[in-house]
Amino acid sequence: MAHKSASIILPSEITSEALFHDRRAVLAMGLAGAALGAATPLTALGDIPAERYKAARNARLSVTETPNSFEEISGYNNFYEFGTDKSDPAANSRNFKPLPWNVTVDGECEVKGSFALEDLLAPQTLEERVYRMRCVEAWSMVIPWVGFPLAELLKRHKPTSKAKYVAFTTLNDPKQMPGQRERVLDWPYVEGLRIDEAMNPLTLLAVGVYGKALPNQCGAPLRLVVPWKYGFKGIKSIVRISFVEQQPRTSWSHAAPNEYGFYANVNPAVDHPRWSQATERRIGGSLLARRQATLPFNGYADQVADLYKGMDLRRNF
Amino acid sequence: MFISPALWLAAGALGVAGVSLGMDPVRSLVHENGTMALRMLVATLAITPLRQLTGHSDLLRLRRMLGLFAFFYALLHLSSWVVFDQGMDLQMILSEVVKRPYLLVGLSAAMLMLPLALTSTTAAQRWLKRRWTQLHRLTYVIAVLAVWHFWWQVKKDLREPIAYAVIVTVLLGWRVWKRPRAAKARSAPATTQGTA
Repeated sequence: MAHKSASIILPSEITSEALFHDRRAVLAMGLAGAALGAATPLTALGDIPAERYKAARNARLSVTETPNSFEEISGYNNFYEFGTDKSDPAANSRNFKPLPWNVTVDGECEVKGSFALEDLLAPQTLEERVYRMRCVEAWSMVIPWVGFPLAELLKRHKPTSKAKYVAFTTLNDPKQMPGQRERVLDWPYVEGLRIDEAMNPLTLLAVGVYGKALPNQCGAPLRLVVPWKYGFKGIKSIVRISFVEQQPRTSWSHAAPNEYGFYANVNPAVDHPRWSQATERRIGGSLLARRQATLPFNGYADQVADLYKGMDLRRNF
Repeated sequence: MFISPALWLAAGALGVAGVSLGMDPVRSLVHENGTMALRMLVATLAITPLRQLTGHSDLLRLRRMLGLFAFFYALLHLSSWVVFDQGMDLQMILSEVVKRPYLLVGLSAAMLMLPLALTSTTAAQRWLKRRWTQLHRLTYVIAVLAVWHFWWQVKKDLREPIAYAVIVTVLLGWRVWKRPRAAKARSAPATTQGTA
């Protein structure tokens, strides 16, 4: 399609290096100001080396479609914590501080606690996965995420037999996330998966895109990617992962239960009450590009359709 | 002045003069034209209260132009949706309009603007006389439909449609509030004449 050049963009060409270092400088300054009074450290506490994000592609679980450009992926998305317009996240997340970062793991599991992100990442091999992303608003992209299977992290925390669901929570910090000053949604943002969905090999915890750390507006430093579900299931800037027995009260299904379900599987046969889900507009196409057909489970039916055997997907939308 | 957003959108659509319509140009075209139509509609409705408040009767000449611009942007809004968003797939368009009430509401608003645009000339005004005024009160219905259409398609953040709803309510409320007085003012001298 339109992104002939995207496949030959080197990861190093994508984010300007200045922007990347600027982020570090902010971190370093914060530390230098601390009681330590030491020389500015080269690698700040909680920082993750840039090389970690240069992960090898998992070709088996990647689509072959040409990915969207970094500018599209980082310039057009929904992240209501930074505003409701699709250009707001990029515009309003510049002062967000993704590192150092801690994630609380709790609920129905044996290994609970608050963990530094770098410790959670230490045992993981990061991989690149090129996934389709279908927004519930009927537009779509193809994104080269960098991350690791959620299942690997979950297993390390030894969920008990009572862990039927996994609930995720986004950071709640209106000072850093100006969108949270308006009660557009019931903050903090909460999402959830059934445990078998969470354990599916496709379910990814992403920390990067295009071989670099996630930009703030894309959910830095840690976000969920569930490629067969609508984009809003992919909760961003995760601070808490809880194993729970009951289906969690997720943000969009709570805000508008008739429009957004808990499952939110991409399904061309089940329309949103106000618009069709049969087709989608791939971002980056020309003005005259035709909409393309939306695929059941966003094209991942072979890997995930079995999870929903015997379920009425019209009712469990 | 009122044409510049249209020129900007046209430049963006053609990719000239360094104008970009952003990552989703189709959405930008549809939304920007729709927003402009609504703004022009609100401006049209603001003329009468402004004239009554300021006493500038030459504001009336501006009203025709604003109304025609509202129609112009509504047409661009509708046609960019038909051509770029729906790819002129008539079957899809028909099924969408039938299934999605907000589309029907928007389409009705646009359709109702047509007779107003056609009778916007001074000649038509003279020819229709009082009926012209009655016909052009359709603007009130159109404004309500337009805000409703906007409100209904917003995903969650209702602040913008609420703002338009408040403005339209104030502008229409002004007319309701003013009417009994005007009627009284008109009937009062008549009564005096009758008793005299």
